[in-house]
Order: sequence, then C-alpha cells, then structure tokens
Amino acid sequence: MAEAAAEKAARPATAWRSYGAKRRSTRALRLRTSAALVALTVLAVLVVPPLVQLDQQAVDLAAKLQPPSRQHPFGTDDVGRDLLLRCVYGLRVSLLVGVAAALTATVVGTAVGAAAGALGGWVDRGVMRVVDAFSSVPHLLLGIFVVAMFRPGVWPVVVSVALTHWLSTARIVRAEVLSLRSRPYVDAAVSGGASRWRVAVRHLLPGVLPQAALAAVLMVPHAMWHESALSFLGLGLPTHMASLGNLIQSARGSLLAGQWWPTLFPGLFIIVPTLAIAGLAGAWRERINPRRRSELML
Amino acid sequence: MLELRDITAGYARNAPVIRDVSLTVAPGEAVGLLGPSGCGKSTLARVAALLHRPDAGTLVLDGEPVRRWRHRAPREQRTAFGVVFQQARLSADPRLALSDLIAEPLRATGRREGAADRVGELAATVGLTADLLGRRPHEVSDGQLQRACLARALVLRPRWLVCDEMTAMLDASTTAALVRVVEDYRAATGAGLLAVGHDRALLDRWCDRTVHWTALTAAAAGAGTSSG
Repeated sequence: MAEAAAEKAARPATAWRSYGAKRRSTRALRLRTSAALVALTVLAVLVVPPLVQLDQQAVDLAAKLQPPSRQHPFGTDDVGRDLLLRCVYGLRVSLLVGVAAALTATVVGTAVGAAAGALGGWVDRGVMRVVDAFSSVPHLLLGIFVVAMFRPGVWPVVVSVALTHWLSTARIVRAEVLSLRSRPYVDAAVSGGASRWRVAVRHLLPGVLPQAALAAVLMVPHAMWHESALSFLGLGLPTHMASLGNLIQSARGSLLAGQWWPTLFPGLFIIVPTLAIAGLAGAWRERINPRRRSELML
Repeated sequence: MLELRDITAGYARNAPVIRDVSLTVAPGEAVGLLGPSGCGKSTLARVAALLHRPDAGTLVLDGEPVRRWRHRAPREQRTAFGVVFQQARLSADPRLALSDLIAEPLRATGRREGAADRVGELAATVGLTADLLGRRPHEVSDGQLQRACLARALVLRPRWLVCDEMTAMLDASTTAALVRVVEDYRAATGAGLLAVGHDRALLDRWCDRTVHWTALTAAAAGAGTSSG
C-alpha cells in the first residue's frame, strides 16, 4: 500500500520530466526541420537558376500535361513546360517579392511606430488614427487598389504588399516603445542631458529591434501569400513571369480535368516555405520570450 | 536654492499622488525626506529633478521658476541634477557595459574627449574595478550596478543630487560606501542633496535635517510649524 502510494507520488514528477523532455526534443526537431527547409528553399532559389541552364519558358506542345515522371518530376503544364523548373523560378520571384515587401513594411512600420511611441501626445494620437484608418480597409482591397494604379510588374506588387502591412509592425513597435519609455533608465538619460533623438536611437530602438526583426521574418510568408493572391486574381505579376500565384492560376482549368499536379506542386511551394519560416520564427520567439508559448502567426 | 512650492503632481488627471507639498533645499544642504511606501516621495523627487511635470505649484531653481520639464527643460538645468534611483536594475540600460553607462551623459552632452579618464576616475571613486567596467548590467550584482549608477549621476558634476531610496536594496557595507562617496562629493563641490528614504536611522546620520512626509503637507496646509 505504502509502495503504491509512493509510486503514485513519484509518477507525476517523472511524467512531467519525460513530457518536458519530449517537448524539448519535438521543439528541436521542428527547429531543425524548419532550418533545413529554409536552407533548401534559399539554395534552390539562389543556386538552381544560374547553374541549370534550362529554359523555364521552353514550350513543348507534344509533352503537354504529362503526369510526374522521371524526366519531369513535377509533370508538365498545359503547354508542356517543365513544372519543377517553373516552380523554382516562381519561388524565386515570390520570395523576392516577399522579402522586399517585408523589409520595406518593417522599416516603415518601425519608423512610424517608434516616432509615435517616442514623441507621444498628439503625434501619437494622430499617427495611430491613420493606422486605424488604414487597417479598417481590407488588406487585399487596398493592395488591389495600389496595384491597379501601376503597370504590372514586381515592384508595384512589393509596394502594394508593403503599404498594407506596415500597420501591425507600427503597432507592435509603438507598444514596445511606450513600455520602454517609462523605464527609469530613460529618466536617467533625460537627466543626463540626452536629446529626444538620442534617447530614441540609443535606448529605445535597440530595445524594439528584436521584436521588429521577428515581425519582419513572420511577414515574409505573409507577403508571399499576398503576392500569390494578387497574381491568382490576375492583378499581380504579368502572366509570362512564373510566380507561384500565376502557376496556380493558369492550372485552374486542368484541375477540373483531373490533372492535379500543376496545382499541387506550386501550392506545396507556397506552404512548405511558409511553415518552415513560421517554425524558425516560432523557435526564435520562444528563445527571446520563453514564457509565452509561440503560436503560428501568419 | 531649490524650492518646491505647493506642488501637486500625479500620473492621472484628477487623481494627484501628492497635493500641495512644499520643500526647500539650500545650496550645500543635505535634506532627508522620510515617508512610508507609496506616499509620493519618489514623485516629489522626480518633480524636483525636472523629470516629472507637476499639475500645479512652482519649482524655483536658484531664484528662477522652472517652466519646462524633461526634454523641454534646458540641458544645463536638467544636468544640474544627478539622480540615483531605487532599482539599479531598472535604471541601467541593459545593453550598455558599465563603462558606457557611466560615460553616456558625457557622450549625450558632447563631451567625448577625456571621457575615458573621467570614467576611470569615477570608477575608482565608487569602488568599481576595471574588469567590472567591461561587463553589462546582468553580469554584475545590484550593489555593483548601483555604484555604477551613482558614478553616472556624478559624471557631469551636478550641483544637486537626488537620491531616491538609493540604498534601499543594498547591504550595510555597500550603503556606507555609497553614502561616503556622496558625502565626499558634496564636501568637494558643495552640492545640495535631497535623499529620499524610509530608514530614519540612516537619514538622520546622513543628512543635515530630516523631514517627515506628513510635515510637508501639514506645513502647506497652514499649520505654520517649520519642518526641521
């Protein structure tokens, strides 16, 4: 009886420990898988196009809509172009748009959020009302509006995604600056004769940079999704340019005819890097703030 | 002369933390301010050091009423005060090494030349060794960090020192060492001191006169008794 009681008392402790260890190893596995997939993506995007001297635009009508085979691992599309090559080129464009848009949005959002938080008062109120006004319009609608003003191309899409996505970064940075601003070390800096600019650059911005960088990383997949959505609607990149959204858009017809590969593989090329980047960012977030359980934020 | 006249201050409208408080510190004088936790003595210290704008009342500094606080205050006025806060951990930027922490006011006011010498000199004064100077706040103890914060407060040679519960979290020997540094500085420069605390024994020994919080508000209410 006493033994059973002792065993019962001991069990929760061991269960806790093993549960913790399991969670740690799952976390490590997720981190490693994510890192490997991100590395693979970057490698594919940077190395394949210059090394492999194949023409992604090469049309071969005799080999149109072939299912995956040894010669075409991802099959071919409706004019016989190799889908693996198209997907890699498409990923290249999508990733370029994603990274450029995320960087632009982060720089704009950090500058606006830091200014609002550091200056406070009516500047803060005014700027945050503008942010609210921007947020009240659906992202995609505003994005379409911006894209429609320009000729189709990579940069209008970057501008459109960046202009609609700096808002959340601005909010994050402003909140963080507000919390840092009331710390005694800012009082000490004021008493030490520091100007507003010096307080912002020396004490406030370095404190928010980890948060801003994390927001930027999380925004890369989000921006890729937006690019794909715009291209899928036919408003993003010109149709001859392989982007993941364009590939799925042009494959829509074949899906109804039972040809699954022209939609599946570009779709996977969107989903896999997204999950990998989100996994990396989640691990990073857990590292800088271990108390908060990370969730997938896309 | 540092005169606080009928100061009302707080952090929310209509809910002042302190109401009609008056206090005077003469040049070279050391005034201890005693009071229970939460009574508003830190807020008064922040007002006195130009770090918090009062809702009402005047602060007269060397015969001139102060009209602007924080960043808006002229730099010479702000830097006339050396402020040491209660929690060294929170009053040190976690990214700066102790030597940068101490030199920061010199850099912020554009006095870069000779900064390293001044930092070394002050570090010796407050009892920080050279290897500690290269460390960042999380790598040193509370007492060592508070020594660095005191050095930072002295680096611009202020005419007034405001010590807000400077020694509340420290052991007796560190307390004695820090008080000695402050007293040596005051003896050399004739700076005035406003020391806020709740330890009557310490403040009585340290300061020329010790004022209890209730005397400040009672005096303002017209009780007519001089505090001291």
